[in-house]
Amino acid sequence: MTRTRFDDQLEELHVELIKMGSLCEEAISLSAQALEKNEEKTKERVFALETEIDQMEREVETHCMRLLLHQQPVARDLRAISAALKMISDMERIGDQAADIVELVPYIAQSECKNKVNIAEMAKATVSMVTDSVEAFVKKDLKLAEQVIEKDDVVDEMFASIKKKLMELVRSQNVDAEPALDLLMAAKYFERIGDHAVNVAEWVEYSVTGIHKSSEHHLGN
Amino acid sequence: MKSKFEVSKLNLHYGQFHALKDVSLSIFPHEVTALIGPSGCGKSTFLKTLNRMNDLEDGVTIDGSVLLDGKDIFKDMDAISLRQRVGMVFQQPNPFPKSIYENVAYGPRLQGIRSKVKLDEIVENALRGAAIWDEVKDRLKKNAMGLSGGQQQRLCIARALAAGPDVLLMDEPTSALDPISTSKIEELCAQLKKDYTIVMVTHNMQQAARISDRTAFFLLGEVVEYSDTDQMFSMPKDKRTEDYITGRFG
Repeated sequence: MTRTRFDDQLEELHVELIKMGSLCEEAISLSAQALEKNEEKTKERVFALETEIDQMEREVETHCMRLLLHQQPVARDLRAISAALKMISDMERIGDQAADIVELVPYIAQSECKNKVNIAEMAKATVSMVTDSVEAFVKKDLKLAEQVIEKDDVVDEMFASIKKKLMELVRSQNVDAEPALDLLMAAKYFERIGDHAVNVAEWVEYSVTGIHKSSEHHLGN
Repeated sequence: MKSKFEVSKLNLHYGQFHALKDVSLSIFPHEVTALIGPSGCGKSTFLKTLNRMNDLEDGVTIDGSVLLDGKDIFKDMDAISLRQRVGMVFQQPNPFPKSIYENVAYGPRLQGIRSKVKLDEIVENALRGAAIWDEVKDRLKKNAMGLSGGQQQRLCIARALAAGPDVLLMDEPTSALDPISTSKIEELCAQLKKDYTIVMVTHNMQQAARISDRTAFFLLGEVVEYSDTDQMFSMPKDKRTEDYITGRFG
């Protein structure tokens, strides 16, 4: 007894998620690049990616609902599909936040405070979290998923440090407060992207082991 | 929780064929326990053993113990009194070619109950318990064979209830029924478990997942896995269970 058609459909879902993950990676990488160079072409590409990611979320969601309806999955199949449904919400938010960052670029680009805080390093760290969470999913790599979860603390500390530095700069009246606040918002978006990458990594863990970090997601409990 | 049935190292042979191998499990009161597994895995044999239906078959040898409320069903009980306490419902509805009333009153009459008032009471309670009273109360004298398949199956459940059992064994009770009748039997199981212990063989994974509290997966005469149903259908422990319930067995 085999379920070739169902296996093919699950493989299609897997490929769709990988594609959506790679779009997120590209969007967040480009938003970091836009922050650095303020290029119009880069910004436009991020907005286009955001639209594409939204579209993919709807497609994958439809695919998952159809699988639930047609195949009535259990065990690892049910976990894979429910994890996919949750992961696409996080991926969609990553796309939104990449676009949010790009929207702030014109207000930050010329500001002197940009060079006084290490937002490029924070962007790099969150990009790697997104990349690794997608790779953990592709390879069902629990160790890598765990590393993504652990890295969130580093990104949180970076945000706290940027916030502290910007407060000092504003207090000492060395920089204009308005772009400093925009920069703080951009940093917050990167920090949130890190949180979404953690969520994706946690759903990878759930899909593989059946245990989610917050144990109420574990039906057997 | 104290178990209703305590099965230890149960082995059953049909002649040379080893049909049940060292089966040990506890069945708990007021729960629905589902038995799943591929055809020929021993689940129906196990079910029949619980009320000694296998005793009727030639060449059957059984060892190990099955305790019902602490009493050994092979040593401390006779088959008749065991079957009064442990009723059985089969895959195909099998009413007697008699009236609806007589189908239900048949068992109590055999037990020696003669009072019309008492029999009326038993019949009504059993038919109510099987959620079919409202459909048949005005035609109790009509032949049971005129009922639909789903109604016949609920009548068979009523017939089992009339004997006053603690436990109901069900061998694929909905496999011959349409979805609406199936759904009625499933709803009924949820009601009945408040008063009875139910053990059900089913080939329908979704049914096992929907209505049972615990599930035992049988394979080649062994219990591969026995656990909380939600646990089994979300995170089975054994790869063979996972392969079977996800439809990738063999």
